Amino acid sequence: MSTVNIAIKDLEIFYDELAESIDKAGPEKASLFLAKLALLLANEVADVTRLRQALQVSLQDL
Amino acid sequence: MHQPSTTPRKSIYYDYKIYPFVRPPELDGKGQRHTVAVVGAGPIGLATALDLARYGIRCVLLTADRQVSEGSRALGYTRRSMEILQQVGVASRIASVGFPWRYGNSYFRGRRVYRLDVPFDDDDRFSPLITLQQQYLEEFLVDRVAQTDLIEMRWGHKVTGVKNGADGVTLDVDTAEGAYELQADWVIACDGARSGVRQALDLRMEGSSYEGKFVIADIRCDLGLPTERLAFFDPDWNPGNTVLMHREPHGLWRIDYQLPPGESPEDALRPESMKARIDAQLAMIGKAGTPWEVDWCSVYSARAMTLPEYVHSRVIFAGDAAHMLPIFGVRGANTGWQDGHNLAWKLAMTIRGTAGPRLLGSYTHERVKAAWEIVDEASKSVRFMTPPSEGFRIMRDAVLSLSLTQELARPLLNWRTSRPHEYTDSALNCPDDESSVYRGGWPLGAQIRNVRLGPDDFLLDHLGASFYLFLFSRDNQVPQDLRDAAQALREQGVPFQIALVTRPDSKGEGTEGADLVIEDPSGHVWDRFGIERGQGAYLVRPDQHVCARWITLDATRLTRAVRKALGH
Repeated sequence: MSTVNIAIKDLEIFYDELAESIDKAGPEKASLFLAKLALLLANEVADVTRLRQALQVSLQDL
Repeated sequence: MHQPSTTPRKSIYYDYKIYPFVRPPELDGKGQRHTVAVVGAGPIGLATALDLARYGIRCVLLTADRQVSEGSRALGYTRRSMEILQQVGVASRIASVGFPWRYGNSYFRGRRVYRLDVPFDDDDRFSPLITLQQQYLEEFLVDRVAQTDLIEMRWGHKVTGVKNGADGVTLDVDTAEGAYELQADWVIACDGARSGVRQALDLRMEGSSYEGKFVIADIRCDLGLPTERLAFFDPDWNPGNTVLMHREPHGLWRIDYQLPPGESPEDALRPESMKARIDAQLAMIGKAGTPWEVDWCSVYSARAMTLPEYVHSRVIFAGDAAHMLPIFGVRGANTGWQDGHNLAWKLAMTIRGTAGPRLLGSYTHERVKAAWEIVDEASKSVRFMTPPSEGFRIMRDAVLSLSLTQELARPLLNWRTSRPHEYTDSALNCPDDESSVYRGGWPLGAQIRNVRLGPDDFLLDHLGASFYLFLFSRDNQVPQDLRDAAQALREQGVPFQIALVTRPDSKGEGTEGADLVIEDPSGHVWDRFGIERGQGAYLVRPDQHVCARWITLDATRLTRAVRKALGH
């Protein structure tokens, strides 16, 4: 997953908004919120190979 | 001494009849060897015995009880099952009293988030699903059995032992008037999930069980709702779990709900426990206070298991005796009937001596593969309906939450239903036919689907216990060499018919040599079979699955394909 597709400015915006959204969801609902987000973004990516790579990378260094 | 109850089971809508115990000749030393003994007279045992009778095969059908099964049980029968039940002669009776349906609704937080619509093809006689309590189904099958003298029904005969051999089986049978030994060339074990025959042979299924336990309860309650499946996810009164409701004839509703982990079946079925939950469910759907009473209830757990092999010397397994499958998607009886219909013609040909060495083995191969396909598909439903881990629970909840507003999530709520299977890699399929040239129609291993011929006339209505060569010819002629080949097959004991489907532009001339003529003035049958080059032919097995198809055909190719289909 070495290609960088998103402009750093947009990534910084998403970083902040995702943090604030996790807070809005609250600790009990954080996982549910992130699962929903993952499904919606999976629809945007629509490529199961890339999705699997993203899963693997996310499981690293936890 | 086996003394089954002769008190009719209690029911608020069904009148259980006690069937007579008949003292068998074996108890007086006059027993004769039977060709086939079917153990278990549930839906699969009864239908399989009737299917065998269509080939002139006699059987004795043993059941421990003196009355039909308790409770509504299977309840929902698929289109394919109804086609099989039509072959054994009970479909019109079922259709006249059952409730057809095709819609399912999924609810979350009081909102309908998914509506399942199973299309009712105009070419199908039978609706996608039909609901009728199993007692009626068994009663109709028992009545049908009484109409043939090829099936000897033995009520109150319990199999207690099995001695299996290379040439036959000895069953130990216990009755109220004493025990006896029954000799049979073949035994078909249709004795259900707790099969005594399977246990007697010490055979183990492979696969897994799921943790979740479910209560199913039939209540009589005037809800005024249509015949549509209802699924409620994560209701307040049963958090994290799923509740299902199905409408039945006679004012009944089936309610199906998951138990919290650790709750025992005994506790779950206590009247107070059930009352609290059913009242909560009715209140949730806005029907609080509607009077109701329970007819029958039971606890089950979902399993995903099958025997790896269904044919053990002279003992053959079918239905729940052979496999226990996740029930989401009406997969119990509906799978078992496909087993029986696959087996009956193969066993009949084996008994008649026309079968090759691969025929009976193909029953195991085709139906075990089907069982694993079912496990695979149904497991998706199980993981959704009863999430097995925290990860699956979070994903399920994410999908439910999204489904309130997002179309993307809704197909993930799809309740996958029992379907016929394609025996694509069957050893019985012709290896050198012209199937790959076809663009439409039914591929090798697939079932031929029904075709409407008229307002109340469908293709499958005309088919019986036989191989069929469907012939589509330029001139409506059945060539002499094919007629001769058909006749030769029949003389060898192979049931074989040539079905000529007339050309759309023909005037009914020259159809001699056909055993069955299908008039097709509109060319609709030609279309459905994918005949595009002015001619074609399909070889169809007695269970309606395709095993060869051609553009041009001669007697040599036909005979070779039939030999392959018989397992040579």
